[in-house]
Parts: sequence; C-alpha cells; structure tokens
Amino acid sequence: MSFTITIDKRKVLVDEGCTLIDAAADNGVFIPNLCYTRGKPCLGTCRVCSVRVNGKVTAACTVPVQPGMVVDVNEPEVAEMRKLLVEALFSEGNHNCPSCEKSGRCELQAVAYEVEMTASPFPYRFPKREREDAADHIFLERDRCIFCQRCVEHVRDEETGQAIFAIHGRGTKARIEIDVGLANKLTPEQVHAAAELCPVGCILEKGVGFEDPMGSRKFDVKSLRRRMLEGETS
Amino acid sequence: MDRFVERLVAEVLDRFGSDRTRLMDMLWEVQRARGHISEDAIAALARGLDMSVPDVAETVTFYHFFRTAPFAQHVIYLADTVIARMNGYDEVRAALIAATGADFGVHDGTGQFGLDNAPCIGLSDQEPAMLVDDVVFSGLTPEKVHEIVAQLRSGKSAEELANPNAYEKTSVHYVDAVAEAKILKSGPVMFQEGRDYPALVRSIVERTPEEIIREVDASDIRGRGGAGFPAGLKWRLAREAEGAEKYVICNADEGEPGTFKDRALLTHAAKDVLLGMIAAAHTVGSRTGIIYLRAEYWYLKAFLEGQIEAFRAEGLLGSDILGSGLDFEIRIQMGAGAYVCGDETALIESCEGKRGTPRVKPPFPIQHGYLGMPTVVNNVETFALCSQIIDKGGAWFTAMGTEQSSGTRLLSISGDCERPGIYEIEWGITLDEVLKMVGAETAVAVQISGPSGEMLRVDQDRFRKFCYSDLSCNGSLMVFNGSRDLLDIARHFTEFFVNESCGICTPCRSGGVDLLTKIDRVIAGRAVQQDLDDFRLWGKLMMRTSRCGLGTTAPNPILTTLDKFPELYEAKLNDAKSALLASFDMEDAMSAFDSAVDNLVREDV
Ligand SMILES: Cc1cc2nc3c(=O)[nH]c(=O)nc-3n(C[C@H](O)[C@H](O)[C@H](O)COP(=O)(O)O)c2cc1C
Ligand code: SF4
Ligand code: SF4
Ligand code: SF4
Ligand code: FES
Repeated sequence: MSFTITIDKRKVLVDEGCTLIDAAADNGVFIPNLCYTRGKPCLGTCRVCSVRVNGKVTAACTVPVQPGMVVDVNEPEVAEMRKLLVEALFSEGNHNCPSCEKSGRCELQAVAYEVEMTASPFPYRFPKREREDAADHIFLERDRCIFCQRCVEHVRDEETGQAIFAIHGRGTKARIEIDVGLANKLTPEQVHAAAELCPVGCILEKGVGFEDPMGSRKFDVKSLRRRMLEGETS
Repeated sequence: MDRFVERLVAEVLDRFGSDRTRLMDMLWEVQRARGHISEDAIAALARGLDMSVPDVAETVTFYHFFRTAPFAQHVIYLADTVIARMNGYDEVRAALIAATGADFGVHDGTGQFGLDNAPCIGLSDQEPAMLVDDVVFSGLTPEKVHEIVAQLRSGKSAEELANPNAYEKTSVHYVDAVAEAKILKSGPVMFQEGRDYPALVRSIVERTPEEIIREVDASDIRGRGGAGFPAGLKWRLAREAEGAEKYVICNADEGEPGTFKDRALLTHAAKDVLLGMIAAAHTVGSRTGIIYLRAEYWYLKAFLEGQIEAFRAEGLLGSDILGSGLDFEIRIQMGAGAYVCGDETALIESCEGKRGTPRVKPPFPIQHGYLGMPTVVNNVETFALCSQIIDKGGAWFTAMGTEQSSGTRLLSISGDCERPGIYEIEWGITLDEVLKMVGAETAVAVQISGPSGEMLRVDQDRFRKFCYSDLSCNGSLMVFNGSRDLLDIARHFTEFFVNESCGICTPCRSGGVDLLTKIDRVIAGRAVQQDLDDFRLWGKLMMRTSRCGLGTTAPNPILTTLDKFPELYEAKLNDAKSALLASFDMEDAMSAFDSAVDNLVREDV
C-alpha cells in the first residue's frame, strides 16, 4: 500500500513498511548516514541521519514511514546537528585522510563533504588506540573505528553463525575486537566484503591498498549521494 | 586450560541448559567461584554456548563488576557520589588506602584487599558507604573503616560484620541489619502492614483481565520509573499485542544516583511488588516474571527469593495459582553494574545475556521485548502501588494527589537536611513543604530526579509543585546548602554519564566527554562566553539526537545549573586581555611536549 508523506514541504508517495531514509532516497532526497545499509536491519548508532519527523528530531533509519508524516531534512537546525555529529566523529578518533588507504572510498569522509565540514569544533582527542594485525588477511586500524556496529551485526561465520567482530568495553573505552580463528576462515571475497562494509578505514584487507589513483576512486567516480539515491546497497 | 575452571564451566553450562540468554547468570557463577572470569573461562563458555570468544567477552567487558583478571579476596567498592563527597568521602577514601595497603585499582600486594570506585549504591541517606563482598557498610568514618578492615584481616567475613546477630539471610532482619531502610514517613499507600496476601491474590485471579485493567486505568497511575507512562495503558497494549509468550519484568535496577526507595520497598513491601507482578501477569497473560535486581543489592537476593518461595508455598505463585489455571513464576536476574541497564530495553538485553545496549525504538517492549515477545516493564514502586489500587480501587487512588497526578509517591531525600530518608508524599506538595518536612531550612539548591533530572534554585522554585505537569520527580531529591560548590556537583554528574554511557551512539559517547572537558575548563577559569554557548549547542545536540534517555538527559546537570545559576559560570569566565587564547593551558601544553619527546625517544631505542 502507498500513501503520501511530506518531505521538505514536498508531498511524496511512499510504500507502507518502508524506512524513512529509503523512502526519502527513492524520492530524490539524500539523508546523510553512516551506519545504515539498505536492506539490512537498522543499527541506529551513528545518528548522522537525524531529521525532523513531525517536529521531533529522529534518526531517519529507525522510523518506518507513517501516513501524513511531516519530515524536514534540509532545515538548518537539524542539518547543523548532522554536521556536528560528523565533526564529533572526526575529533573522537584519529583521522588523517591523506595517508588513509580508504580515502576516496570512505563513507565518513564522503559524508563530511556532504555536510560541508571543514574543521571540527570539538577538541581533537588524539586517543591512543592499539592496532590489531593478528588475523592473516585483516588488519584493524582502530584509530578510525566509529563504532557503527556494521561488522558486529552483519558479518558472521558461515558455518557456525558466530560473530567474528565484537565491541569490548563501553563508552569511551569501547574497542573493536576480532576473532582471529574465525577471521582466518573467511574467503578472500568475504574478507573483501567485510572491508567494504566498514564505512571507514578500520577493517582493511592485508596486501591491498591504494589500488585506484585519485580521480578514479569509488566516490570520485560516483558520489555517495548519487549511489544512495540510486539505491545502491554499499 | 585450568582443570578447575573447566569443571566449573561445565557445571554452570549444565545448570543453565547451555542457554546463552542466561549468560549473565553463568558469568556471575564463574566470578563468584573464582573471583574473576578468566580467558579460559570465557573460552570454555564460548565453546559450550556455540558463541565466538569475543562475543562472550563483549558481555563480560561491558559490566563494571565483572573482572577478567584476578584482583583481591575482598574487593571494596567505595561509592563516589556528590553526597558522599559532602560527608567525608575524602577522609574515608584515605583511611581505606591506609588501612588496606591497597589503592584504587591496585590490590595490597598480598591480594587480600583491592579498592575500586562505584557510582551510587543506593545509600545516599547514609553516606559515605561502601560495598564489600555481598554487603554494604554505611555512615563510614575513618575510624569505622579501620575497624572493619582490621576485622576482615582477622578472618571475619564482611557478612558477619554487617550482620552481627547472625540473622538468616532470608529474613528481613538480615536485610535491615545490612542496609537500614529509613522510612521516615509512610503515607496511606505504601508499607501497609497486615495485608492478607492469599485473599488479595484470590481477588486478582477471580477477576477478568479487563476488570483489572479498568481499575488500573481508573486510578490514572503513571509509571514511577521516570518516564511516567500510564500503567493501565501499558498493560492493555501488552495484553493486545500478539505473542506466543508474554513477560512481566520488575525494574529494580535503581541506578539513578540519589534514589533508594526501591530498596526500601523491596525490603518492607516485597510482597506488594510480587502482588503487582501477579496482577500484571494475569492481565497480560504472562507465565514468567523477572525481577531485574542491581548487583549492588545482592544482600536482598536471598530475602527476595525467600519471599517468592513463601508465595509459592501458599500456592500464590507457580502453576495453577489458587486453582485458577493461572501459571506464573518469577525469577531474579542480577545485574552487574551498569546504570544504563535501568533503561527498559537495555535491561531486556541484559536479561538475554547481552551487553546493556538500549535498543532502537520502535519496536517497544510491549510489542517486541524479552526474547522478542510482548513485555511489560514496570518500576518496583509502580507494581507496589498497583497492588493497592487493585485492592482499594482506582477512585480511592485518584482521591489523593492532584487532578492530573493521582496518588502518592516515594521520595528518597539526601544531602543537606536534618532528616534524610524515605518519605511518601501526595502529588501536589510544594518544594517548600518538602524542605520543611526534612529539615532543610538552609537549602539553596535541590537536584531532583538525580543527575538526569534538574537542579532547582530554592529562592525561585520554592513554591513549585511536585506533579507530572511541573516537577515530575522520579523520587530522588538531593539537597544542597550555600556552602556547596554547584559547578563541582554538575561536573561530577557529567562524569557519571561519561562513565555510564554504553557508547553505542555518537552524541552521547562523544558529546559527554566534550561537556566534561569544557566544564573542567570553566572550573579552571579558562573559559569564555563562547564556551557557555557551546554548552547550549552541544547539550541540545545530545538531547535531541541521542538514542536513549541516558544521552538525552546527560547534558542536564550543566544545562540546568547554567540556567538556574548563571552567575556561577559567569564568575568563572576569563576576560583577560592576554594575547593567548583563554583556553590555552601553558602547563598542559608543556607537559604534552615533554611526553611527546619521551615517547619519541622511547620509540627510537
Ligand atoms: C538511562 C536510564 C536509566 C533508567 N533507570 C531506571 C531505573 O533504575 N529504574 C526504573 O524503574 N526505571 C528506569 N528507567 C526507566 C525505564 O526505561 C522504564 O521507563 C521504566 O522502568 C518503566 O517503568 P514505569 O512505567 O513503571 O515507570 C531508566 C531509563 C533510562 C533511559
Ligand atoms: S577512515 Fe575515512 S575519514 Fe578516517 S582517515 Fe580514513 S578516509 Fe579519512
Ligand atoms: S570496525 Fe568498521 S564496521 Fe566495525 S564498528 Fe568499527 S567502523 Fe564500524
Ligand atoms: S544515549 Fe548513551 S547510553 Fe544511550 S544508547 Fe546512546 S551511547 Fe548508549
Ligand atoms: S544511519 Fe541512522 S543512525 Fe546511523
């Protein structure tokens, strides 16, 4: 069943059961996001998709559309909030894009361009985070983890269904961990998929890097916004 | 692999049917037998539960009380709260270090004593207080600390010290001996003696669920856990929701600093709580109830189990309750030290053996709760009140309180007053009346509803009323006189939220730290007007975009003190006409340089 909702003063037709963030994309409205993956269960961790729904700020990936919903996406106050959240993520970890192998393919970086971030107003924390390189084919560059939980929730050992990634500790002490034994069982394709799933340059494939020159990288060729609006899933 | 651990884990797995949703219980069993949960134990649990090792460790490392390395025979947790700090915390802390030879986070060398901090342990009316093994000691002074430590050294157990008359653990005398419930005013609803429980249960099961809901609806009772959701509506929605099973959970996490009324109810009105749960179970059609009890209240566990057992023995719990066909069992789920687990969805995750991460809503617990089934979660006090409403009627309840806020509620009052303790008040009472009642003539500021609530200014807010449309207090009230440093208090509360943030969402995980850094800057006299504006902007960001109530309320300590006592902040602002930024900290910058040099030099060799 379809019904209409209002997004940025425009009436649009949406399907019942659809998540707001998808409904918006299908109607040409891009909502920045970092933890959501179309077609997968919502994680609701980054909050970068915050919009105003019937006046209340809400994460767009967490709400199913309802008839008559009034949504503001590009209203200045809520746009400012999205930008602040992206900025907070930069100051919280250690991000040095020019030397990062994910640059040009990184969703955090792409979203930062989308929200027109320049420098973070939050003090940079320069946290000390240990690297993890024990797995044969995966490298965890924890400096860049944004705790989106994609790897925790969406990557599983095929045979046992067990979690390969997990977050240990809580709050500011949270840390991404990997089960080395299970990680070593992953096929090269699965390793590649895990690295692709990570929105940032935290989960990296060993032995590959900087494959595409600047100008031909994933988001150089086609922006994150366009990919989202065309319904690409990653 | 340690043979003993292997056997222990095998036993524990067996006891819980290798059911991974009971991981919290299994972890407690291991920790209580071994003092910690070793890598080996985690690996053995993972094997037995068909989980990966990091997945099991994800739960272990989330909770404050779970330890992955051996620490000490007696781990002493000293409650670090603003109230304790007003009542000699520093001296007690120093005495603990001196008496035990241990330090915070470091044991004494022999492994007999280890010290650690804990947030509020539910004894704000008698602080400083500490948790030792399964019991607590309150009203601490340096002398008392030395005495307790000396006794422990001589081989006495903490329990023997806290319970010198050797009462049975299942008796209320035991609980009272360990942690006194200072009920200074019990009104017309709570803590009533001589109730005929078999008759009351009979009157519940003989009525239809509709009749019960009608009574609860008629009382207009709203949940006492903080959000104030109408209890009747919650029960109705859970009743109407589709589900093969339904669950009733009593939220006894009582983690909000300054609250201790649920502890008193569980001690002196435990059967009322059970009765309320039975009513809810009958109403929604549930066969299983859970009391989620914070680990800080371990000394209540045996007593509560005894109360449940007593009900069972009389046929008031179990299968076919009083021949009515209703089956209902209640189990106790112990928490393990996490304030966020008071959030009903985090609590459910914890009951399922996971980290206490608040869920994305919708769906709500009444649709998709424990094990994915419709679940009613209510506060301890809500169940206790419902037990009376069902007995005496909704109209009896609405006759008390105000038009919009019916009935009574318990206040846990602490801080600068002559008579800290628990008071039952009718909604509609003014702040002024409350302050007079507790002997707080010198009060200047009052924090209501704990750190997540707001700071009131007595000279402005004196005649405001406690009711849902004005001061909808969750029960905690901390009183401060003019000698207290409110900026320090706001800082302490802010730090509490930083420590307790689950860390899953950006605004709370990150924003809390930024607020804390900034208030430190204010306190150090290095802030400018822009910093105060940032408080408002960043605070709003957290309030609006956080995933759960922890993050949405975490800015309150700063925002409400800034709102009510702006002069305290303004007096700290730096208006020096120096060429350097006010925020520039010369000492810090120099030490950063030194440590950078140190690091580089060390890496070179
Ligand atoms: C961070 C956080 C902590 C909470 N702590 C408690 C608590 O300790 N006890 C409680 O009853 N409710 C607590 N709540 C509220 C619960 O989520 C829930 O609303 C309540 O248990 C419902 O019961 P009620 O309707 O009877 O109030 C907390 C909420 C949040 C967000
Ligand atoms: S992960 Fe993304 S944002 Fe971070 S350094 Fe790499 S490219 Fe930049
Ligand atoms: S490693 Fe990557 S996918 Fe996993 S939580 Fe961190 S940022 Fe997300
Ligand atoms: S607001 Fe804080 S406690 Fe709540 S989900 Fe987010 S990080 Fe966790
Ligand atoms: S994309 Fe919605 S919360 Fe992350």
